[in-house]
Amino acid sequence: MSTLAEAPPVAPAPEKRPPRQRGRLVPYWLLLPGILWLIVFFALPMIYQASTSVQTGSLEEGYKVTWHFATYWDALSQYWPQFLRSVAYAAAATVLCLVLGYPLAYLIAFRAGRWRNLIMILVIAPFFTSFLIRTLAWKTILADGGPVVGALNTLHVLDVTNWLGWTSGDRVLATPLAVVCGLTYNFLPFMILPLYTSLERIDGRLHEAAGDLYARPWTVFRRVTFPLSMPGVVSGTLLTFIPAAGDYVNADLLGSTDTRMVGNVIQSQFLRILDYPTAAALSFILMAAILVMVTVYIRKSGTEDLV
Amino acid sequence: MTFVNWLKRHLVVIAGLITLGYLLLPNVVVTVFSFNKPKGRFNYQWQQFSTDAWKDPCGVAGMCGSLSISLQIAFWATIGATVLGTMIAFALVRYRFRARGAVNSLIFLPMAMPEVVMAASLLTLFLNMGAQLGFWTILIAHIMFCLSFVVVAVKARVMSMDPRLEEAARDLYASPVQTFLRVTLPIAAPGIAAGALLSFALSFDDFIITNFNAGSTVTFPMFVWGSAQRGTPVQINVIGTTMFLVAVLLVLSSMVVGNRRTKQKA
Repeated sequence: MSTLAEAPPVAPAPEKRPPRQRGRLVPYWLLLPGILWLIVFFALPMIYQASTSVQTGSLEEGYKVTWHFATYWDALSQYWPQFLRSVAYAAAATVLCLVLGYPLAYLIAFRAGRWRNLIMILVIAPFFTSFLIRTLAWKTILADGGPVVGALNTLHVLDVTNWLGWTSGDRVLATPLAVVCGLTYNFLPFMILPLYTSLERIDGRLHEAAGDLYARPWTVFRRVTFPLSMPGVVSGTLLTFIPAAGDYVNADLLGSTDTRMVGNVIQSQFLRILDYPTAAALSFILMAAILVMVTVYIRKSGTEDLV
Repeated sequence: MTFVNWLKRHLVVIAGLITLGYLLLPNVVVTVFSFNKPKGRFNYQWQQFSTDAWKDPCGVAGMCGSLSISLQIAFWATIGATVLGTMIAFALVRYRFRARGAVNSLIFLPMAMPEVVMAASLLTLFLNMGAQLGFWTILIAHIMFCLSFVVVAVKARVMSMDPRLEEAARDLYASPVQTFLRVTLPIAAPGIAAGALLSFALSFDDFIITNFNAGSTVTFPMFVWGSAQRGTPVQINVIGTTMFLVAVLLVLSSMVVGNRRTKQKA
């Protein structure tokens, strides 16, 4: 999956170079500092976390490794609603990102013409305003009695979402809908950019050929464009789903205690309640669950060359 | 009928523009509310027009201090991650070595891991080592997660480079150092710049990993997070608007310069 975030190469890659004789150790010296950094501050912490999750003890008396696997069971049985919620919210946000992001990526790739660069800048530029400030802006947009909520009310959208349990009463803020809306907004660029990259590589003549063979526009999209954009769809969904499943900012700022996700639990266990074994176990379960889901998804979508 | 046809033909454009609106709406709100004069402590409801916040951007206790800490951390994290990441990228493209697969997955995994998992595990490491949480632990964490993005950006550029250019330099009796400084580095520069820019943006805006490993140090995102609980000063919107404008201006001016260069060449 190392191609996930890669920009398209500027020119075709050159032929394989002949192996060098001189300086056999050079690559190892080049790798050493960076790889050491990643081992010490990325891989090693994972091991520490695994060991912390099977420790027992208290903050005052210190923790000891006792292979107390029951922590995992307790964590799961106590926090399974938050786990389910994380997966559900992240999945909903990912689907919404795909539905919203595809037309924009398509627009930039095929229909924007000389506006292409400008639209591209407008997609990326919000990144430079702190995402917390932008998420707080949704509090204003979705405020009780504001224009958005009013419009949704007049169009009877809120009746439907109330019936589905996504909103309650006349409010959007502090409901699952607000959290999903915030997640979708925050990770939309991560969907648009890979989609655009793979759409832009499609040869325009394929569309013409399909049209010449009497395919209707919708058929061209369904049989030609969409299948060819699959690499972008797969990396886009991964880049959206993974961070969304671990997020706790949107659930905290836009949600309520009923919308807490697993990230919120890990954060409060680690930083407020200071129950390190439970926090470590939860974080480990989240990591394992995401790895399993991602592997299955990549197998199913048949783009294993991504890995 | 013609309207329906027009709608059919431009459906994708309309849908795309709606998405663009969705993406930009919060920035519009942030900008508009930077001219607000809120009644209470929170700046979520429009009251009246005022330029007070723009006249006194540092008028909130602690905010500009946190901004300066964030800029320092982003600066040093960018330098650290760019140097280390560029070295790895060159090693990956230019040399054969053992354990290439392991190196590749060690670079890929931080990008595929939810931030909260990395943040929590790094905190367990720092707690176990008894490290003092603060500026240095934040910097270490930022270099760690920015590194992979630099590797990806630089690798893409170096891979598309013609190796014959370096061979030519060597044939013309350039020393390895001269070849690197005069030929390799200038060609790889756009990739390195892209990686550095990405690092700076990621580090400056990072909240989750910083939240876990900051101790009592307050970066700008941490300040915003805290103010969401205590009360949001209008000055936050001033900073947000300024950042957006500076980013757009930088990109636009770089595009103008790029256009001029290509025209000169042509």
